[in-house]
Amino acid sequence: MAPQILAAEAAAGSRSLTITLFLIFVAITLGITIWASRQTKTATDFYAGGRQFSGFQNGMAIGGDYMSAASFLGIAGIIALYGYDGFLYSIGFLVAWLVALLLVAEFLRNSGRFTMADVLAFRMRQRPVRTAASVSTIVVSIFYLIAQMVGAGALVSLLLGIKPGATFLGMDANTAKVATIVLVGALMIIYVTVGGMKGTTYVQIVKAFMLMGGALIMVLMVLAHYKFNLSALLGDAAEQSGKGSAFLEPGLRYGVETAGDAAKTFYSKMDLLSLGLALVLGTAGLPHILTRFYTVPTSRIARKSVLWAIGIIGTFYLFTLALGFGAAALVGGANITAQDKAGNTAAPQLAQQLGIDYLGGETGGAIMLAVIAAVAFATILAVVAGLTLASSSSLAHDFYASVIKRGNASEREEVRVARIAALIIGALAIALSIFAQSLNVAFLVALAFAVAASANLPAILYSLFWRRFNTAGALWSIYGGLTSAVLLVFFSPVVSGSATAMFPNEDWHFFPLSNPGIISIPLGFFFGWLGTVLSKETDPEKYAELEVRSLTGHGAH
Amino acid sequence: MPASAERYLEVQRSEEFAQLRHRLRSYIFPTTVAFIVWYSLYVLLSAYARDFMAIKVIGNINVALIFGVLQFVSTFGIAWHYSRYAAQKLDPLADDIYKEIDNGPSAEPAAAATDGGKA
Repeated sequence: MAPQILAAEAAAGSRSLTITLFLIFVAITLGITIWASRQTKTATDFYAGGRQFSGFQNGMAIGGDYMSAASFLGIAGIIALYGYDGFLYSIGFLVAWLVALLLVAEFLRNSGRFTMADVLAFRMRQRPVRTAASVSTIVVSIFYLIAQMVGAGALVSLLLGIKPGATFLGMDANTAKVATIVLVGALMIIYVTVGGMKGTTYVQIVKAFMLMGGALIMVLMVLAHYKFNLSALLGDAAEQSGKGSAFLEPGLRYGVETAGDAAKTFYSKMDLLSLGLALVLGTAGLPHILTRFYTVPTSRIARKSVLWAIGIIGTFYLFTLALGFGAAALVGGANITAQDKAGNTAAPQLAQQLGIDYLGGETGGAIMLAVIAAVAFATILAVVAGLTLASSSSLAHDFYASVIKRGNASEREEVRVARIAALIIGALAIALSIFAQSLNVAFLVALAFAVAASANLPAILYSLFWRRFNTAGALWSIYGGLTSAVLLVFFSPVVSGSATAMFPNEDWHFFPLSNPGIISIPLGFFFGWLGTVLSKETDPEKYAELEVRSLTGHGAH
Repeated sequence: MPASAERYLEVQRSEEFAQLRHRLRSYIFPTTVAFIVWYSLYVLLSAYARDFMAIKVIGNINVALIFGVLQFVSTFGIAWHYSRYAAQKLDPLADDIYKEIDNGPSAEPAAAATDGGKA
């Protein structure tokens, strides 16, 4: 009896501590947001934070935007449950930054103003291209938003200690999840509509420091537990997993070899290659990452911010190894799946275990859980704010100002529309998230990456480097890449026809892979080429302007 | 402020700009191919060379883990090398061209302008 009562008291203590810490974070960031809103007067302030951030600040903010719930909760969860395969995500997510550094960041900063479409539509007919870019921006951002909100939902039942059957403030676990999603959604809408890019950027920076700090503490504790012997940590993780050394090798989750079923093995390996491709090519097509490059004064500072970002993101992904294997060894797969089937709660559970082992029992566990859970909430909140900002900017700047008003909207009007758009997109994301709760967060993000790599990246690269590229090419590549990626996902085992699908009781799937990248990314490039050569339109003067400006920074905003 | 369309065409056809473009593209394109191939090799080995990836090197640390960490090392290395290359070979040239755009047609554009008229 006694230990149970103690545990229950500790859980209640942890709950109120988590809520307190999280409220402190919310209070600080809301303060920053309100302060930022006083300095937000022009459209440049709202969309690009006044272009006054330093390379270091923007590098941290990129890290804040990029190290999402997928990185912290999702990757740690996959490593904890399937071992080495989770590390594939870390590697793909990091190497992807070279595409952004070498091929996109500086040229985008030099030739664009507020959104991805500024570059895509530079030498094209404005209205159709901006419409297309706006559509794909919103689709990618919504996929990504759902992933983050699902993470928040999974987290809350652990945090508040709500097991099936138990209640909190009169809510059962499911109601509490939905309430959390609505709360997170409401907060992100406030950050974006009030603080704009300036407020959102500071929120990202604060969050990046919190996340790095929290992860570092856990990594040090895990390593100290094994006397800084990495091999001992790996050995213990492998043993606890019950899978032996296979746990430390690729193949438990992706590219699974099914004996006697050659087709299944083949598709599973193709799925691994597809995921790998989507991860590495997706980053440079993510609208909320692309708009970050506009918050600095010059392309050289944009370059510097990417270098800082690579540093902080790389360090963090190395941490995920210790977190994931640490959770496998110290918490154990069975305990993790008992809390969340997809493994999204592995990192906070590890924090709790470390606290119990090293910081004086249940109370220490409660404190660690509270701290890490608050960090995870902050992470999710910051990322959803960035996503909402990127998509509402595109709706206002590309669709409203250029397509509907044909370039005749005043800046004031445009910013007002952006704020309304943030509200609508936020509400839509909240509604959709409630349906996707059984999926792993890292996996959902991988889908967003596949769509970004298929629809956006081909058009961006052709725009910047291919003289002949034209309006038809841009439209074909965006709509072609987008449609193929979304359709393939719709007809994949992710949506129907498998136990873990969104609609597990229906089956209309015929595409065997769960990630569409390996088909849809080449299709995006192919459609871009085909559309271009089928149209006679060329504009050498505009290409000269784009090329000279993107390489020299002349005439940059 | 952006310059005129003719001016950008002139600059784009100048020898200096061709040099900048060459220096940039001869760095970023081959490097992109190289790191994509290197990364693909890693993904392909993860899918098809399981026995090789499973070889233990030190204690429980196997080839797969070392290969993965090497991807981090190569990413940091390329990023660092590019920033040096850009600062030394690209930025000064880009600055020169930037200034020339504003200084208007200088000595050479007389010839370039006739070319521009033709196109």
